[in-house]
Amino acid sequence: MTTNETSREAIIAKTKKFLSEEFEVDPETITPDAPLKETLALDSLDYVDLVVVIEENFGFKVNGEAFMQMVTFKDFFDHIEANVTAKA
Amino acid sequence: MSEQRVVITGMGIWSCLGTSLAEVEASLRAGRSGITVSQERKEMGFRSGLTGHVPMPDVKDRLNRRQRIGMAEQVYYAYEATEQALTQAGISREWLEANEAGIIFGNDSSALAVVDSVDIIRRKKDTTLLGSGAIFQGMNCTVTMNLSTILKLKGVNFTLSGACASGSHAIGMGYLLIKQGLQRMVICGGAQEVNSYAFGSFDGIGAFSTKEDDPAGASRPFDAQRDGLVPSGGAATLVIESLESARERGATILGEVTGYGFSSNGDHISDPNLDGQVRALNMALKMAGIGADAIGYVNAHATGTPVGDRIEAQALHAVFGQHRPWVSSTKSMTGHECWMAGASEVVYSMLMLHGGFIAPNANLHTPDDDSAKLNLARETVNARIDRFLSNSFGFGGTNSTLIVQRFKD
Repeated sequence: MTTNETSREAIIAKTKKFLSEEFEVDPETITPDAPLKETLALDSLDYVDLVVVIEENFGFKVNGEAFMQMVTFKDFFDHIEANVTAKA
Repeated sequence: MSEQRVVITGMGIWSCLGTSLAEVEASLRAGRSGITVSQERKEMGFRSGLTGHVPMPDVKDRLNRRQRIGMAEQVYYAYEATEQALTQAGISREWLEANEAGIIFGNDSSALAVVDSVDIIRRKKDTTLLGSGAIFQGMNCTVTMNLSTILKLKGVNFTLSGACASGSHAIGMGYLLIKQGLQRMVICGGAQEVNSYAFGSFDGIGAFSTKEDDPAGASRPFDAQRDGLVPSGGAATLVIESLESARERGATILGEVTGYGFSSNGDHISDPNLDGQVRALNMALKMAGIGADAIGYVNAHATGTPVGDRIEAQALHAVFGQHRPWVSSTKSMTGHECWMAGASEVVYSMLMLHGGFIAPNANLHTPDDDSAKLNLARETVNARIDRFLSNSFGFGGTNSTLIVQRFKD
């Protein structure tokens, strides 16, 4: 990935796009303070699909337990950014 | 509980002949084929690229992501056929939630879903990356597990796998449950995936016609020049319920199921068997309480394989003898709809019963010695039929025969 692709803005834009497509929600509802679970209407099975789309888009696998710490999208973006930066 | 009469109150169809009852009836009357050639299959090394062409439904406006994610290809067809059937039967979602209706579908594979999963496991070496839908798409019961969830059904809920007789046995099983008073209503049907992976092994044993230069003329049941079947698919649904239930709901009664015969050949895994078929036919007639002379039309199983059609012609001649009801194989137009066929062919025959015609056994130019003994409809025949019999036979020597009649009080 280029530096441009690993910037927080780029990660947020990319994440909004694939999450809204995968979970069929309005991308405008994906804001840093919005709750992840409620906004995407996630049930227990959906977390498996969340792992899949993150792996497809960023090339790393989220440990299922990490989702326990992700309450808002800010937490989600932080997790993605930390892993993408570490990979880069 | 006293024995119940079992009636049909709704039908739906999604096939290569059309995606509504009206379209399919028009195709049947016109003797129109739904067969084409798949270039993809030729590139994959198939002996034959012949296949039924079945459009993929778009259900995104009606089903949400969670409802769709576990649906294999054939569930999309079954969903459409079932929506049609429920609409015709006048059954709402609210009614289904408040009453005990069941579902039994014939389905005997979900190859594409399984192949896709295995591809991911081999490539990623991580099963989590299959996603949450893989398990629900890959099981044989993908149709019934998805539709029962979407429709919030409360009654019997399972899939019946009986090779190419699956759809017929599903109706037969639903019929028996209602007849015995164990279920009020069962949504019955058959579904068949049409993707190439579903048919590779079938092509591999040389079962398919190779008349690729004439797709519409390739499926030739009962013709002396037949050279194999043409694979096809889609889905068909029937709403069957007790007469009491239909009357209570004020439903329009389309027909009555009166006989279900079943048998196992106890013989070869793929070769048909005269005795097994005759036993299923006679069991259905006995259950219906009628003689062979009471059948006006036989929708034959005949798929266009040399040995299969010959044995069925012998079985029909052995059972019907001099009575000679009209006979045709609608597979001459649809190809072999496999797991779905037993259900779709009841729908096709019901359209004939209501439409006053016999659909042709298309592509029949020269009958062989056995089929010449049958009263085969070479062209569309205008005729009123009051009762038909539908045969379905499958690998493993499973045989199913259904009898349906015009409803009379």
